[in-house]
Amino acid sequence: MAVVALDEHYADKIEIRDRVENFHGNIVVYLHWEEHLSFCSAVAFPFPPAMPFGALVKDILPATYGAHPDFAAIDWDAVRWTVDGRETAPDPARSLAENGVGHKSLLRFRTPGLHGYRGTRS
Amino acid sequence: MSRTVSITLQNTDDARPIIEAITEDNPGATVHSYPGIVKIDREGSLTVHRASVETRLGRDWDPQEIHLSLVSMAGNLDEDDDYFRLAWAH
Amino acid sequence: MNAINKLGLKQRYALLTNGLDWEPSYQPKSAIFPYAEFEGIKIRDWSKWEDPFRLTMDSYWKYQAEKERKLYAVLDSFAQNNGQTGLSNARYVNAAKLFLTGITPAEYQAHRGFAHVGRHIPGVGPRIAAQMQSLDELRHAQTQIHTLSHYNRFFDGFHEFSHMHDRVWYLSVPKSFFDDARTAGPFEYFIAIGFAFEYVLTNLLFVPFMSGAAYNGDLATVTFGFSAQSDESRHMTLGIEVIKFLLEQHPDNLPIVQKWVDKWFWRGHRVLGLVAMMMDYMLPKKIMSWREAWDIYFTQAGGALFADLARYGLRPPKYADVATAEAEHLSHQNWSVFYQYTQAAAFHTWLPTPGEMDWLSEKYPNSFDQHYRPRFEMWAEMERDGKRFYNNALPQLCTVCQIPMAYTEPGDPTTICFRHSEHKGDRYHFCSDGCKDIFDGEPEKYSQSWLPVHQIFQGNCGGASMEEVLAWYRLNPGADNMDQAGSPDQAMWDQWMRMRDRVAG
Repeated sequence: MAVVALDEHYADKIEIRDRVENFHGNIVVYLHWEEHLSFCSAVAFPFPPAMPFGALVKDILPATYGAHPDFAAIDWDAVRWTVDGRETAPDPARSLAENGVGHKSLLRFRTPGLHGYRGTRS
Repeated sequence: MSRTVSITLQNTDDARPIIEAITEDNPGATVHSYPGIVKIDREGSLTVHRASVETRLGRDWDPQEIHLSLVSMAGNLDEDDDYFRLAWAH
Repeated sequence: MNAINKLGLKQRYALLTNGLDWEPSYQPKSAIFPYAEFEGIKIRDWSKWEDPFRLTMDSYWKYQAEKERKLYAVLDSFAQNNGQTGLSNARYVNAAKLFLTGITPAEYQAHRGFAHVGRHIPGVGPRIAAQMQSLDELRHAQTQIHTLSHYNRFFDGFHEFSHMHDRVWYLSVPKSFFDDARTAGPFEYFIAIGFAFEYVLTNLLFVPFMSGAAYNGDLATVTFGFSAQSDESRHMTLGIEVIKFLLEQHPDNLPIVQKWVDKWFWRGHRVLGLVAMMMDYMLPKKIMSWREAWDIYFTQAGGALFADLARYGLRPPKYADVATAEAEHLSHQNWSVFYQYTQAAAFHTWLPTPGEMDWLSEKYPNSFDQHYRPRFEMWAEMERDGKRFYNNALPQLCTVCQIPMAYTEPGDPTTICFRHSEHKGDRYHFCSDGCKDIFDGEPEKYSQSWLPVHQIFQGNCGGASMEEVLAWYRLNPGADNMDQAGSPDQAMWDQWMRMRDRVAG
């Protein structure tokens, strides 16, 4: 669709602020724990793409979600992941990039059997 | 389909004669009181007559003085020297 | 009495608007009005424009002066009599903080926008109406700042409202809304602010805020609010006249106008989520629920409006049904965001009391007890255990509305709504179909979004730590932010109340 703008060269002059180059070597990654909406939205992090997926699970998730009473009960082997909508079984030893995580990727995880505070998805 | 027109005025001494004139002159108008304001709804149309407000005020009244008391309205407006009217065309 | 006053209103209006215009002789019209054509709007005859208020500049000054006299008399009296001590309680003041930081700078933006439109629209009638509205908006910004400066003497969170508006994460929501409108062409701005915001949605902003103020003892805010609102009726009328005029002028205008109505309805709905939470959670004494206000001011009033506009082929805004369904959830989801990010907000938060929760159950029988009461009860338990719940990470934001992606799927309040688009190799995320459609319509524009969370990651907001970012916001930690309980505001209020009780014996 043609750009509606006074300047016919508008599209050539724009500055895309969230280009990956602007994040000092990091990529932006979004995380979301399904059925635990007391965390109001997905959360955002700048991560090095070479960071192992396992570090995300081991270091980032507890600091982010550890306050929830369900967190301690998570069976990590049963957790189901999607990356940008694709079901995936991430390899903890490999990097985010090798696990298909790119700039502004959305990682959603579901913890079977855990449905939030008193099962209310909170 | 709702054809409700509506006018909301401040609940003040200046506005009360206008509110009275509206309720008197527009049969079927419904008056809702909220904190600080009065909202008057009516099907189809609603008119503020200059003469009717003047009778209550005991002085000349310009329909544009309604600007001092108006809070909100719904409907197409028609304003002239002798009236201030809200209506839906359909 | 001079001659002009003997003329009828219609003649006077004609002389003092159309009669003031002239045909340029040494410059082409396209050079004088360079913004008039690029949006594709076609106007055959500007003289067909008529402002139903028929307000001329001389009357405008007369009535505005009278409004100012009344307002300042009340403000003076409020300050002289320490009106702040008559508020329903100290929590209420947070609604005024949200207003000053979120809405007042937007009034100033509206002033600038209408000044631009008042210069660049070729028709003299709308130009004069836009000039009046520009002056009105400036008056609103000034009177609001003046009024709320009284609270700044006593309460935290008011001191850097303008600076905060440009920087704080949630204030980017109203800021980007007006930046978006003001960077559009003059016709789109007119439809965005004049029609979609002023006509369709403004009642949901001002009437609840001001009635809420009236009910909570905030005489000063009530007075500026209603003083401003008396101008809003004129703005609403301008908005509806603009849309009718554009649709009457040329059939090619319909699809352009429809796209703007769809877009700006949704943009406005998202911004007003802040008002929803103010009504349902922040007012100590509540006037009506957001759901009820939506039913009165959108479903009923908007229904009649769009039935009237159907004769031009215009349909109600796309996703109006989604917005109506969201009214069951909006305020609860928004307050949950601020509760868990209280450390980064320039006003205080709290959990609803058991009495308030009962009120919410009654007002939201289809959603509150099932989805939101348990969430607040969980947080209340955690507070009692000394483990107040915070979100320690930064939220994912919607690229268009810039709100944390906290809204749920239409029809499923247990699943977050995620939407995305690809544009030139990059991925963009949205909270709703409404925001995604807006992006997809103008990806060049929205791919430039200044998203506060990403800006922090890029190192543009003072530093990487919470302390550094709050300092960059000029937010005083421990005073402006965190819970109401334990705040300096609350301590001061409690002391006032003790003194009053002692005096009363």
